[in-house]
Amino acid sequence: MVTYIIRRLIWAAAMLTIVSIVTFAIFFLVPRLAGATPESLATRYVGRTANAEQVKIAAEKLGFYDPLVVQYGRFAKGIVAGSEYDYGPGVEQCPAPCFGYSFLTRLPVWPDLLDRVPVTMSLALGAAVIWVLAGVATGVVSALRRGSFFDRAAMTVALGGVSLPIFFTGMASLVVFSYGYPFEITAPGGSFTPFFENPVDWAYSLILPWITLAFLYAAGYARLTRAGMLETMNEDYIRTARAKGLAERTVVLKHGLRGALTPILTIFGLDVGLLLGGAVLTESTYSLPGMGKYAIDAINSQDLPKVMGVVLFAAFFVVVANLIVDLLYAVVDPRVRLS
Amino acid sequence: MTAPLDVPATPTDPAPVPTVAGVSATAIQGRSLGQIAWMRLKRDKIAIAGGLVVIFLILVAVFAPLIVGLFGHDPIQFNSDLIDSSTMAPKDGTGISAEHLFGVEPVNGRDIFSRIVYGARISLLIAFLATLLSVVIGTLLGVTAAYFGGLVDSIISKTMDVFLAFPILVFAMALAGIIPDDAFGLTGDTLRVALLVFVIGFFNWPYIGRIIRGQTLSLREREFVDAARSLGARGSYVIFREILPNLVAPILIYATLLIPTNVVFEASLSFLGVGVRPPTPTWGGMLSDAVRFYTMPYFMLFPGMAIFITVLAFNLFGDGLRDALDPKAR
Repeated sequence: MVTYIIRRLIWAAAMLTIVSIVTFAIFFLVPRLAGATPESLATRYVGRTANAEQVKIAAEKLGFYDPLVVQYGRFAKGIVAGSEYDYGPGVEQCPAPCFGYSFLTRLPVWPDLLDRVPVTMSLALGAAVIWVLAGVATGVVSALRRGSFFDRAAMTVALGGVSLPIFFTGMASLVVFSYGYPFEITAPGGSFTPFFENPVDWAYSLILPWITLAFLYAAGYARLTRAGMLETMNEDYIRTARAKGLAERTVVLKHGLRGALTPILTIFGLDVGLLLGGAVLTESTYSLPGMGKYAIDAINSQDLPKVMGVVLFAAFFVVVANLIVDLLYAVVDPRVRLS
Repeated sequence: MTAPLDVPATPTDPAPVPTVAGVSATAIQGRSLGQIAWMRLKRDKIAIAGGLVVIFLILVAVFAPLIVGLFGHDPIQFNSDLIDSSTMAPKDGTGISAEHLFGVEPVNGRDIFSRIVYGARISLLIAFLATLLSVVIGTLLGVTAAYFGGLVDSIISKTMDVFLAFPILVFAMALAGIIPDDAFGLTGDTLRVALLVFVIGFFNWPYIGRIIRGQTLSLREREFVDAARSLGARGSYVIFREILPNLVAPILIYATLLIPTNVVFEASLSFLGVGVRPPTPTWGGMLSDAVRFYTMPYFMLFPGMAIFITVLAFNLFGDGLRDALDPKAR
């Protein structure tokens, strides 16, 4: 078990390194291939008002004339050990982990990013609780009463649910419930109250995004759970469990559902990891100031250090979520440890 | 999220001709697997309905200029005369008339019907090409990994793991947002479409790749592959002539189910403002325009429904196709 954990940890570290290389390549290698020069890259950092001389100085300062490998080395070193930024009038310290420095606001990216974490986390985890409970319960009941009215109705709704893009359901929910049109139930969209400030306002500001986001995922989970349950409930061990006289409830929950849940666990880990890195669409639909909103705002203002920071941070969540799922798997399923 | 992870258990390999006990074999017509699947599919009314809608949407996309020409409203032409200059809303609220079937946009009065019709072009073009790209990369690498095994398999499998760990949407957003408007010798819509196809297709291939790898692993051990090898067939012959034909069914199923995912992906990127640039009409772009006009919900309804109907139709058809080609997965 210990060697398994160590192996997974090494793999996670390797994965993060690869992701950081790819991210770096996207921001510095791909534009070069697309025809950008060190000067034109530097223009994005100093703004279009700078003259050619200033741009040259900026490109020099940012090290854009160095080989890409050297540039990547500097970038990676910043994350691990911190670095300093010389922006003209003075030198700023950027302590580790230094994800770079916004050249629009002249603030380091990392503290900015940390500010956004509670919003995204509240959104993702709250929605996750709802969708797992709703999705799995619906899937189990559908599978047990296969072909019934409930099954057909639930699966129709679920198919509709997976076919609706979140930004459309989100907008529709805002029109109906938040702008006071046509109903006068007003849930505040676009505001966020931290949990520790006022838990009631916190939940109130998130209730619409939670339900909309959870609906999309619950639909998918219901379909998956149903398919999984239909398969496991036909297994021989279910017949054995019934034959030895176990209560149907025990058979379904402890034997059937348990088998059906393992693949769902994997997907759940990935989904939550991805959402923690920024629920871009949900956040931008509801104007929630989370990491996804941060990312899209940064892209629209072409503030590249911010974009890079958020991309790497998002990848970090996915890798960690993967790691946790792998470790949980090893606990649940002993075969994994041995392979 | 709804990535296809369930693997169909039976690939279509040379199957025995079905015989029914008690009936002489001469009385029975041998049916190919394709015919059997088609018979099953025909009975699935919902899947057929989905398929018909898909065909309809493709026709709309292909003949968009003709359809729009029938009504004579260019998708990017302003109709300020239909707009109330004080409220910026269409004069009668929506502008829906025999002339403008879906009404006109607030402020500039562009014809929504024309924009939806042209939006189908961008949406389907990108979704189809991106799916094609994913399928080609996924199949080639999946088969290669499984067939050769060993180090090749480890490298390809680990690459898939890395890809699956990428926050795809954020990456795609960053990549689509960072490329200048003039790159790789392309400009304008051509560049944006090519870019989106590449971004969407490139990040999605591991889903197909994993399924194909799994299928190939089991096919590789089958007798007909052994037979081909013992007759002296080379690797490429075995892959292309023995294994690939047996992968047609899963490829077809997952390609059909990947298209709606890509439709939503493209719409999402356009909604976020990193897709094909305005004024070229896209469904996602129309929805993001509609955000500001929430007091006129008819505006968001049409692009939203267009996406919904397209995705639903492909999902229904894809589900039906899976049931028809692979009854065990049901």
